[in-house]
Amino acid sequence: MSFAAKQLGFAYGLHDATFELPKTGLVTIAGPNGAGKSTLLGVMAGLRAPYRGSCTFAGREVRQWAKRDFARRVAFLPQAVRVEFPFTVEEVVLMGRTPYARGWFESPEDRGLAEQAMATTDTLAFRARDFRSLSGGERQRVILASALVQEPEVLLLDEPATFLDLRHQLALYRLLATIARAKLVVAVTHDLNLALQFSHHVLVMEDGTIRGAGAPSEVLTADLIASVFGVHASVEPGSNGIPWMRYDA
Amino acid sequence: MTRSVAWSAIAMIVVALTAPLIGSTHIELGRAFAGVSPDREILFYARVPRVLLALLGGAALSVTGVLFQCMLRDPLAEPYTLGVSSGASVGAVLAICLGFRATGLASLAGAAAVLLIVLGMAVEGRRLSSFTLLLTGVTMNSMAFAVILFLHNLASFSQSFAISRWLMGGLDAVEYSTLAWLAAAVIPVCVVVSARAPQWNLLAIGDDWAASRGVSTTALTAFGYVAGSILTGLVTALTGPIGFVGLIVPHALRLRLGADHRVLLPCSFLLGAAFLGVCDTLSRIVIAPTEIPVGVLTALCGGPFFLWLLKSKRRSLWL
Repeated sequence: MSFAAKQLGFAYGLHDATFELPKTGLVTIAGPNGAGKSTLLGVMAGLRAPYRGSCTFAGREVRQWAKRDFARRVAFLPQAVRVEFPFTVEEVVLMGRTPYARGWFESPEDRGLAEQAMATTDTLAFRARDFRSLSGGERQRVILASALVQEPEVLLLDEPATFLDLRHQLALYRLLATIARAKLVVAVTHDLNLALQFSHHVLVMEDGTIRGAGAPSEVLTADLIASVFGVHASVEPGSNGIPWMRYDA
Repeated sequence: MTRSVAWSAIAMIVVALTAPLIGSTHIELGRAFAGVSPDREILFYARVPRVLLALLGGAALSVTGVLFQCMLRDPLAEPYTLGVSSGASVGAVLAICLGFRATGLASLAGAAAVLLIVLGMAVEGRRLSSFTLLLTGVTMNSMAFAVILFLHNLASFSQSFAISRWLMGGLDAVEYSTLAWLAAAVIPVCVVVSARAPQWNLLAIGDDWAASRGVSTTALTAFGYVAGSILTGLVTALTGPIGFVGLIVPHALRLRLGADHRVLLPCSFLLGAAFLGVCDTLSRIVIAPTEIPVGVLTALCGGPFFLWLLKSKRRSLWL
C-alpha cells in the first residue's frame, strides 16, 4: 500500500475522498475543472494542510511525515514552474538532491544521478542553458529530471502534458509508463484517451469527491462521462485492443 | 566558484586599504602611524571608521537585497521594500522633532516596531506567505512616508534641515565601539544567512518547489525576513536610507555569476562592501571640500553601470 485516503477533505475543494493506491503503476486522475484534482494532489504531496479526514502514505499520516524524509520518497511536479532568476538546467535538476544533502555542495554521486536523469528525460543537450530560455516542453522534462533525482517511490504530477505538443505528450506518457513499472506515478490529466491508453488505474473526480475508481476501461464508460462531464461520448474498440473514446461536438 | 569569491575578497581588501588614504586633505601614512597631528586624527578618527561603516553597510544591504529578491521572487525587491527602513526613518524623524539626541536608537526602535507589526500581520494560522509579507511591507512604507510628511510639516526650520539630511542618507565617522557593535551583528547574521544558501536556491523558485524538496518554507521565510530586517534596520539607523546598493549589486552579480546563492551571497557581501566603499570615497573627493550625499552617488555610479550591463546581457536577463 502506498497512499490511502479516508473521507479526505480540504477547505472547499475536496470532501469525502476515499481511495487506495497500489505501490507501483500509473494512476491517472480525471475530472472536470474545479473537481479537486490539483487539491487532492497537493494534499498527497504534503503541500496543503490542514486537511480533514485521513491521508496516509506508507501507513503514516502525510502531515506527520518529516518533510525531508517525505521528500526522499514522494516527488511532486507542479503544472508549470516560473523562474525569475538565471538558474541553469543542471542547477534546477540538482535541486532535487537537496533532501539527501549533507553539506553545502553536491557529491559526485549527486552529479552522476543528475546526469542519468537528464539522459532519461533527454535534457542533457541543454544542461548549461538558462532554464528560462527553454520551451514549455523542455521545461517540463527538466522538472521531471529534477523529480527523478529525488529517487522517489512516488511521482505526483499535476497535468504534466498541458504545455506539450502531441508528440511530446505521447513521449512523456510512454516515459511515465516505463517509470511506473518500478514506482507509483500519479498524474492529473484532462485527456481521457491518454488515461485509457497508458494508465493502470484511474480516479474520476467530481465536486471534490471520487466518482469512480478502477481499471480505466471499466471506469471510463459513456454513462460516467455523460454524468460527470456532461459530454456525450462513445467508447469504441481500438486497433490495439485498448478502447478509444470519441466525443460528440 | 571559489575563484569568484576569491576575486571578490581581493577587491574588497583593496578598497578597504586604499579608501582611507584618499581624501580632500593629503595625509602621510608614516606621520599618521607616528602619531603626528593632524594626520593621525584624520586617518584614525575620520577616515578609517567611515570606510569601515561603508564596508559593513554595503555588505549588509547587498546581502539583504539578494535575500528579499529571492524570498519575494521579485527582481525589483530591495532592502527597503519590506518596510523596516521606513520604520527606522519614522523613528529618526520623530527623535529630531522631539529634540531627542539619540536618533540612532530611536530609528532602531522604529525598525523593530515595523518588524513586529509586519510579522504579526503576515503570519496567518502558523503559515507565512511571502505575498502577505510584501503587501504588509509596502503598506507600512506608505504609512511611514505619510507620518514623515506630517512630522516634517510641523517641524521648525532647523529641524526640517536635519530631517532632509537624515532622509538623504549618508556616511559619517562613528565611534569604534559603535562599529564593533555593528560588525558583531552584521557579520554573524550574514554568515548564518549564507549557510542556508541551498535552501534559498529552492525558495527562489517557489514555495511548493522548496516544500516538496524538504524545506520548511514558513520557518525559512520568517528567518529570512527577520535576518534581512536586522541587517537593514541596523545599517539604516547609522546611515539613513542609502538607495540602490541592495538592488544593483545583486543584479550585477547574478548577470555575471548566475543565480546560485552559494556564490551569490558571499560575493554580494564582499562586493557590496567594496561598492559602497568606492562610492563613499568618490563622494568625499569629487567636489571636495564639499561632499556629495553618498545615496546620490550610488545611484549616479550604479545606474549607468547597470544600464550598460542590462544592454550587454539583456537577452539573458529578460528572456
